[in-house]
Amino acid sequence: MPKLTINGTEVTVDAGTTVLQACEQLGIEIPRFCYHDRLQIAGNCRMCLVEMEKSPKPIASCAMPVNEGMVIRTNTPKVRKARNGVMEFLLINHPLDCPICDQGGECDLQDQAMAYGLDRSRYAEFKRAVPDKDLGPLIETHMTRCIHCTRCIRFATDVAGVEELGTMGRGEHMEIGTYVEKALTSELSGNMIDLCPVGALNSKPYAYTARTWELVRTETIDVLDAVGSNINVNSRGREVMRVLPRLNEEINEEWISDKTRFAYDGLRRNRLDRPYVRKNGVLEPATWQEALGTVASKMTGIGGGGMAAIAGDLACVESMMALKDVFEQLGSPHLDCRQDGAKLGASVRASYLFNTTIAGIEDADVCLLIGTNPRWEAALVNARLRKRYLRGGFRVFSIGPRLDLTFPVENLGAGPETLGAIAGGGHPLVETLSAAIRPMLVVGQGALARPDGAAILAAAWRIAVTCRMVRDSWNGFNVLHTAAARVGGLDIGFVPGKDGADTGAILDGAASGRLGLVYLLGADGIDMRRLGSTFVVYQGHHGDAGANRADVVLPGAAYTEKPATYVNTEGRVQQAKRVVFPPGEAREDWAIVRALSETVGAHLPYDNLNELRSRVERQFPHFTAHDVAPRAPWSSFGTEGRMDPAPLRSPIDDFYMTDPICRASETMAACSALYVGSAPGKTGTHG
Amino acid sequence: MSAAEQFTFTPENAEMARAIVAKYPAGKQQSALLPLLDLAQRQNQGWLPRAAMDHVAAFLGLAPIRVYEVATFYTMYNLKSIGRHHVQVCTTTPCWLRGSDQIIDACRHRLGIDVGETTPDGKFSLSEVECLAACVNAPVVWVGDDFFEDLDAASMTRLLDDLAAGKQPKAGPQIKRQTSAPASGAKTLTGKDA
Repeated sequence: MPKLTINGTEVTVDAGTTVLQACEQLGIEIPRFCYHDRLQIAGNCRMCLVEMEKSPKPIASCAMPVNEGMVIRTNTPKVRKARNGVMEFLLINHPLDCPICDQGGECDLQDQAMAYGLDRSRYAEFKRAVPDKDLGPLIETHMTRCIHCTRCIRFATDVAGVEELGTMGRGEHMEIGTYVEKALTSELSGNMIDLCPVGALNSKPYAYTARTWELVRTETIDVLDAVGSNINVNSRGREVMRVLPRLNEEINEEWISDKTRFAYDGLRRNRLDRPYVRKNGVLEPATWQEALGTVASKMTGIGGGGMAAIAGDLACVESMMALKDVFEQLGSPHLDCRQDGAKLGASVRASYLFNTTIAGIEDADVCLLIGTNPRWEAALVNARLRKRYLRGGFRVFSIGPRLDLTFPVENLGAGPETLGAIAGGGHPLVETLSAAIRPMLVVGQGALARPDGAAILAAAWRIAVTCRMVRDSWNGFNVLHTAAARVGGLDIGFVPGKDGADTGAILDGAASGRLGLVYLLGADGIDMRRLGSTFVVYQGHHGDAGANRADVVLPGAAYTEKPATYVNTEGRVQQAKRVVFPPGEAREDWAIVRALSETVGAHLPYDNLNELRSRVERQFPHFTAHDVAPRAPWSSFGTEGRMDPAPLRSPIDDFYMTDPICRASETMAACSALYVGSAPGKTGTHG
Repeated sequence: MSAAEQFTFTPENAEMARAIVAKYPAGKQQSALLPLLDLAQRQNQGWLPRAAMDHVAAFLGLAPIRVYEVATFYTMYNLKSIGRHHVQVCTTTPCWLRGSDQIIDACRHRLGIDVGETTPDGKFSLSEVECLAACVNAPVVWVGDDFFEDLDAASMTRLLDDLAAGKQPKAGPQIKRQTSAPASGAKTLTGKDA
């Protein structure tokens, strides 16, 4: 461990640390533009110059590894002069249009020009202008502002794994671009907006809609996939203005997917802002009293056994718990939170979790993907897999569609026969998996949401056991969810009770008329035609498939509008916070169920959210521990049986159109038309 | 389809490309990028359409953008179609002091085009370039694979006449001088002037 002196203070750091990192450890701020701790080092902006003893010139601290006995000074006149000079050069071609720039107020260039630059310009010559590039519907470019730090290029190449950005030309004529006009084909492209230290790359949907200092920032979580990315939602008044990532090393690091970032305009459109009751075949506006009364009288008339509830992909734990309590009190065992029909049981927690954890992927050395496209089902899990791949010594195999996951994947076959061969021990992969130190497998919902899902789950369990994927400190068995609500629903047992019907049976019961009422808690992903002439109650926030079919619509709150608990695919309990209030007469979802319980005469033993949460925690103690992914005990699960030879496929055909919020978003519609519509199979969901 | 839309190495060039790649250690095949782009440019009448860059990228297993970066960086790769003879006149200080302005004027006059243009018959393109590293023999003009040195307006015009007539003019100094020896004759210890 080399020891060096920085500004007279001795410090010992790990070998391989750079001078800049060593300075940071002492709390000394070094200005920088090109250096970013999650990207490769470029050393091209020269802003981080410091003085090193025995060096005639200042050195770029970001690219200089520490050495024994180094003497560094960061506060000398020479350093100040060097920073002044670099800043002056960087500003030569910068348009200084901060008043009309979206980055203004949160701009590294602005801040560092204030702190380290000169107070006036000596440059009277012409500035160069650079044509703006068209990078698609998400990123707006102002290339004249670019200072060529190349962070965007390094992000695209390394983290996102799409080599599409580069530097064209040289010297005065250098430009960042794609050479051929094309939109970036990455689900993580929005992160370049955050990485850009100037106003060259801005958010297109957010452009010119707000100034950063007007925004209220709320730290919450994302629910548009099952990753549970930590986000910072910026709002102004009653509107969500933009979504930014929040650092969480365990989950999303400091990235978020484009869906998480850009689907927020869907929160404004197509909202259910008042109750509706269907009269003479038409949904007509109604009062809460009227709507709840209609549901209650229907429920009372039908009685427990004749009604069922299905929870959708965005439902929070609290509303599912309350709805489960009501249905249990009314004597209905017909509950299901698996609207896709996934054959996952609620009894063994390890059977439906991503047990390895997302951060744990970095310790794995072999990975087998079963019927999943992580790039679209959980873009940040895919980013973590790529991160692991880049470090070397990581092999990824897949059963299912052939995919471009931004890293090499060896496809073993399309259907369950390969899976059966591995589970039976007669496949060469068994040797590879068994020889690995930390092997892992990932089962996707595409493999589980089939009639033979339980057999596939059992085969995966068999592989995990025979290949010793579950050891003392390692659990390599993973289920990758696509719905934020799913793990929470399974955790609280929002599944069929004794003699209860699951989603498939509920739909059959509705079609045959055996069930008189189906309660959809934000469930839009089922085949509405199969509901037949059943009385349908839809509680949710968007006028999507469910509300369209419903007889009574109860307007609920979206994830940015209620304090709510979600459990991500790792089993990590996280709480979303209220950013803005729900529109119009819409209410928080648990409160709607609570009000309904009163009307229907099924009294619930809680009157506020805290009491409800206490009840959840009493029944399911793991809900007390937030933001951790506790290890779930291993046991046997799945039902061995015959597997259908039909090929496995991912449940997501369109990354940008997975839930009611995305479907209401114009930005997502533009992305879908561009990336999915015009290039079918580009990322190859169907291989 | 025109050459600009489609490009593959001819069998001979593909053979040569493989030989070039083989000069570099295994896994470092991208080192062959510069010679391969040159090969592609020669095959395609002196310029690189996008199809050619994409072909080279695929040949070397590189992302196309990495090839575009290199091709746009080096001025010797032409990204637009170019005349049969690309006349590149050096105008950096030594050549300028020795009369490169007259050379440019002679080219303009003889070809009827300005710098950066191509003659209507597609025979000549005229460019100004930075130092060609033959300052001893300034002024210097580079055409095809040859340098033409020690030029003046008359010899430049003659050179262009020869090229236009399809002749292959003598490369090197256009005055009586042996390579880069002193213009006034050999001045070495063993020479006559010693």
